Amino acid sequence: MEKRLFIKGNEALSRAAIKAGCRYYFGYPITPQNDIPEYLSRHLGKVEGCFIQAESEVASINMLLGASAAGARAMTSSSSPGISLMQEGISYMAGSELPAVIVNITRSGPGLGGISASQGDYFQATRGGGHGDYRTIVLAPHSVQEMHDLTLLAFDLADKYRNPVVILGDAVLGQMKETLIDRPNQPMELPPKDWTLTGASGRKPRLIKSLYLKEGEMERHNWKLFEKYQRMKKEEVRYETSQVEDAQLVVVAFGTAARVSKTAMRLARAEGLRVGLFRPITLFPFPEEVLLQLSRRVKHFLAIEMNTGQMVEDVRLSVGRDAEVYFYGHPPGSPPVPEELLEEIKKVY
Amino acid sequence: MKQVFNRPQSLKDVPFHFCPGCHHGTIHRLVAEAIDHYNIRERTIGVAGVGCSVFIYEYFDIDVAEAPHGRAPAVATGLKRVLRDRIIFTYQGDGDLASIGMSEIVHTANRGENITVIFVNNTVYGMTGGQMAPTTLLGQQTTTSPYGRDFLQDGYPIRMAEMLATLEGTSFSARVALNTPANVIKAKKTVRCAFDMQMNDMGFSFVEFLSSCPTNWGLSSLKANERVEKELIPYFPLGTFKERKGTDYL
Repeated sequence: MEKRLFIKGNEALSRAAIKAGCRYYFGYPITPQNDIPEYLSRHLGKVEGCFIQAESEVASINMLLGASAAGARAMTSSSSPGISLMQEGISYMAGSELPAVIVNITRSGPGLGGISASQGDYFQATRGGGHGDYRTIVLAPHSVQEMHDLTLLAFDLADKYRNPVVILGDAVLGQMKETLIDRPNQPMELPPKDWTLTGASGRKPRLIKSLYLKEGEMERHNWKLFEKYQRMKKEEVRYETSQVEDAQLVVVAFGTAARVSKTAMRLARAEGLRVGLFRPITLFPFPEEVLLQLSRRVKHFLAIEMNTGQMVEDVRLSVGRDAEVYFYGHPPGSPPVPEELLEEIKKVY
Repeated sequence: MKQVFNRPQSLKDVPFHFCPGCHHGTIHRLVAEAIDHYNIRERTIGVAGVGCSVFIYEYFDIDVAEAPHGRAPAVATGLKRVLRDRIIFTYQGDGDLASIGMSEIVHTANRGENITVIFVNNTVYGMTGGQMAPTTLLGQQTTTSPYGRDFLQDGYPIRMAEMLATLEGTSFSARVALNTPANVIKAKKTVRCAFDMQMNDMGFSFVEFLSSCPTNWGLSSLKANERVEKELIPYFPLGTFKERKGTDYL
């Protein structure tokens, strides 16, 4: 049964988490994501779940590690500075191959920064973020609907790959209200969880660990993880295109920047400019192959981000050598407005 | 002939890697004996700290999760909240628990998390090569307090068992030593008591072991045992600091 709701992005995400079977939440208050722990503290108990307000983000991520090791669907959420504190735990979870969903409703930085939306955490999210050679799947919603839908997907992908999945939202996406079509979950078929710690009853003991000291073990483990990330690149790339078929210039943007870019694109089209939009939905794996194919025909790309230039590096690495990649950055504070982006489009068109 | 002494079932048949005279092996044994005593091996999950403690998975014949440095109580919390009928214990050293993991241990105790914590206090960072720990005694020379721990610079050694006993969420907190056979017998009973607390849903239970580290103390095994008696016990008194008798929650 579908129903339509008019709710905040953070609430849509929280509803989806429960729908996806998440029963354990561990988190620490930080603006602008508090609607998530508030919602889940009200509702998890009703579905025999458990909510813990941890003493810190460091504790949150390690409680998540424990719940995941026990085989439960579990999550945490935070905002940029809190996510920085979690990086150690995320690295351990990637190394120990533990599934979990980590939501970053970003705010601005560096440091205490501010509570406005930012895309300054792109590098941290897409390059692993903590120590060691690992990646997390990174999903970038751009609407309340996607805050919901990508959360459902995130739990499945985490279990499919035994890997942390990051949802990279921002203050705007978390706080704004939009219509949500509240669809039922259609879960993926997933491999059995035959690795969880439940007590060695009638079987050999199991270990969840990331320490490898014997000669060659660590190298093999790193290659094994690499193979997994390669599989993600093959199977999980998601993106949206809009009017790229006849485009002279393609704007590349994700999340909130993509929403504003969409409006700017319409304004440009109204003035007869053939502008298209390419929106990566998975930031890792980045849709590099699709962009390469697109650059066989389109020779001008404009990356627009709410930072001073991070995703643009992935765009440059993806497109063919003869394509021009321009960049427009609008660091936080307030988000960019469509007219401002239209000006930038005209400059490079 | 009747066999009266054997390896606990909960320990694997492998030699310990620990240095000669180190008490970790005895502590492993006492924990394993408690697990055997209550016949809970198949439903017990250990959480390893970082340092010499991390290798519990090499020796215990049980499921084990490895936690980041200091975070074992948080990992144990996650495990226990999902698996409420399993027995969860952490095994942590003094750097792990009383320094980098101070926040996690205090809040886990304060939540009354129904887990058992085995704390190995040997007054140094063992695996990293004998640096100063939060429990290093005043005047004690380590590789990072080469002139002896000075309270003006480094503060005082922390008494964890007493500190955690002050928290309402703690149901059991005790300190034991292993320097004499009599103390080993007492320690064995204390560990049992801590697991018993968890099995009866009494909340957070904590056992601090005064342990020796002959290698990093620069002492022979016997001299190290003497040091436990002469220097550690006077500052870190043995005993049970809190033992909840019933479910006397506030």
